Amino acid sequence: MTAEKKKIHPYKFTLWVAMGSMLMMFAGFTSAYIVKRNQANWQGFDLPSIFAYGTVVILLSSVTMQLAVKNIRSRNMQAYRQLLLVTAILGIAFLAMQWTGFIQLNERGIRLIGQGSNVSGSFLAVIAGMHMLHVAGGIVALVWMLRNALFSKTRNYSAVPAEVAAQYWHFVDLLWIYLFVFLQFVS
Amino acid sequence: MSELVLNPTVAHGAHETAHHDHHEQGFVSKYIFSMDHKTISKQFLITGIVWAIIGGLFSVFFRLQLGYPESTFPWLEDILGRWAEGGRIKQEFYYALVTMHGTVLVFFVLTAGLSGTFSNLLIPLQIGARDMASPMLNMLSYWFFFGASIVMISSLFIQTGPFSGGWTAYPPLSAVGDMSPGSKLGVDLWITAMALFVVSSLLGSLNYIATILNMRTKGMSMTRLPLTIWAFFFTAVLGVLSFPVLFSGFILLLFDRNLGTSFYLSEIYVQSTQTALPNEGGSAILYQHLFWFLGHPEVYIILLPAMGMASEIMSTNARKPIFGYMAMVGSMFAIAILAFLVWAHHMFVTGLNPFLGAFFVLLTLLIAVPSAIKVFNWLTTIWRGNIRFTPAMLFALGFVSLFISGGLTGIFLGNSALDIHLHDTYFVIAHFHIVMGVASFFGMFAGVYHWFPKMFGRFMNNTLGYIHFWGTLICAYVIFWPMHYEGLAGMPRRYYDYSQWQSFKQFGELNELITIAAIISFLLQLVFVFNFFYSIFKGRKMLVQNPWESNTLEWTTPINAGHGNWPGEIPEVHRWAYDYGKDGVDFIPQTEPVGKDESTHH
Repeated sequence: MTAEKKKIHPYKFTLWVAMGSMLMMFAGFTSAYIVKRNQANWQGFDLPSIFAYGTVVILLSSVTMQLAVKNIRSRNMQAYRQLLLVTAILGIAFLAMQWTGFIQLNERGIRLIGQGSNVSGSFLAVIAGMHMLHVAGGIVALVWMLRNALFSKTRNYSAVPAEVAAQYWHFVDLLWIYLFVFLQFVS
Repeated sequence: MSELVLNPTVAHGAHETAHHDHHEQGFVSKYIFSMDHKTISKQFLITGIVWAIIGGLFSVFFRLQLGYPESTFPWLEDILGRWAEGGRIKQEFYYALVTMHGTVLVFFVLTAGLSGTFSNLLIPLQIGARDMASPMLNMLSYWFFFGASIVMISSLFIQTGPFSGGWTAYPPLSAVGDMSPGSKLGVDLWITAMALFVVSSLLGSLNYIATILNMRTKGMSMTRLPLTIWAFFFTAVLGVLSFPVLFSGFILLLFDRNLGTSFYLSEIYVQSTQTALPNEGGSAILYQHLFWFLGHPEVYIILLPAMGMASEIMSTNARKPIFGYMAMVGSMFAIAILAFLVWAHHMFVTGLNPFLGAFFVLLTLLIAVPSAIKVFNWLTTIWRGNIRFTPAMLFALGFVSLFISGGLTGIFLGNSALDIHLHDTYFVIAHFHIVMGVASFFGMFAGVYHWFPKMFGRFMNNTLGYIHFWGTLICAYVIFWPMHYEGLAGMPRRYYDYSQWQSFKQFGELNELITIAAIISFLLQLVFVFNFFYSIFKGRKMLVQNPWESNTLEWTTPINAGHGNWPGEIPEVHRWAYDYGKDGVDFIPQTEPVGKDESTHH
């Protein structure tokens, strides 16, 4: 099996391809955004600063996720569980902060959807909203892994699920940084 | 069931001798929620056949209207109820039929039914793997497709009828409920079904790519893969990169429909409700860009598997190596790249900048180069071959014929200047039905006749196969050839009744002829369906492992292979798949080690 070890695990490989797929969806959104921005009736606005704080939070969660992987590799289950929990909580905090950002925009009179909304706001809702769904999916996976790690019946010392989850988690993190920079500078 | 999930790391290289198929499986895990790629492929195929009958029947219904606009058919009312009151199809329902015919045939039959069936069946068998990289995702892929099917079917039975805005679902017809009855609940169901379909297609494609790249048996280098596998690989790559963009287009559409945004909608006044919509500044063209960014690769998602299977079947039945293997792979690669760069040729008349249009014309016409390479390679493959005219071979040859005659008209349409005249006419209908509809169907039929013994351990009836082939080939040309003339004369597509137009009255009898051919063609497909299901149970039994004397790995498995495909070790591969007639030997399977005084090659 030593020769096999160098090969990438099929699940991780599949996730790489899936990441390409998800990236294409967001590329679809951002290119539509660029096309629309150059047309008439585009209302530019500044992002509330809470989006920047959210970016820091999700960056931090990537660090804790990586630490969790490091700990399961050294079979340090206690720390692994704690770090998974912290990562999930940071993920939820990120979602809450994005939501708060939407509310703050609404309070400033920038409607994202419905009557009186401008495409620029609607794009933010769609792009950030779809990203939030991807983060939420990651949180579900983290909670599932946490549950597995809590009970002896389902406990498993294989690092593969954690590595796959971490790969996904870093992906949604980097994806948000791309989207954030995009929304910040292209709008 | 869990013990059947094969550890992917074991499946390649490390040949374990214990095999997996000696567990008793329950009915549910064996036939319904199966994780065996062979069963899943049958599920895709049979669901695809059911859809093809439905979609084909729809075309018969609207062809009746087009061929006999003055007549009434009371039996239509018995089937369709108030959609065909008095035996004549209502206008709204006519558009719904056209829409559903397109959606069903393009996505549910020729994407899921074609690539879902044969990618699933052939990838593990031909690369030498026990199953897919993730059998679980593979099973989910089918059940998402099944869910999509249920939702799409259900839209046929609702009060306001199925979606009727054309298979491309352009806004505003798809975005504003008040536009027509078919723009109400039907659209929501259509989008839901399509979203499920996209998920199914993505799960499938991810698996195909991961399996092909990671799970090939020992000795199976990429350049020893049969062309079928290369074709499925490029198909999957196209799907993975283009379906998400369609998905993003759908999401914006959903927002416009339900959440009052203005991505696609701008200052619109709706006649039926006498109201002006509040939406401002949207662009319907934006949707077209997102749609055709999938839409064009979708054409090749449909066509590439047919190309791959035709290559394999023609080489086997001509008893000759495929001509220009690397050129075949290279041209498929070129097609896959170009597929992403030509979408705007669907939009020449949307006000596209002519300067930009020129680039899309150039890139579109460039596709002729790899397509021609493939055609010449097929012709040189059968040139002076020792051809066995099995039904599969005939369908593969028919595929090439249709690909040529349908492809040539693509050169007309790819020119933006000519397209101004031809856009949205029957010329377009004729072009794409021949080149991607019928041609891909022929590839699919070729695949079914050829690999039926591998799927069910029995043969399909040859006589019925020949009747099916000749009848369908003749009907296909009788249906679509005259449409070129109608299109050149400017006859627009999607109209309900051409007898009302002075300019198109002359085509009345031609339209009748087309309708008769369409009905005959539909009945001929029922011959195929009968042959298919009859042969599953009563067909001639397959007595030898390798009935076509083929080189590829799927014919080294037992006649009725269990889950895991090979009872013992997975065979090792020593050569490419096309050593037919080499050194005077009729065929040399891929598992045969290279002999000492064998002439070198590949």
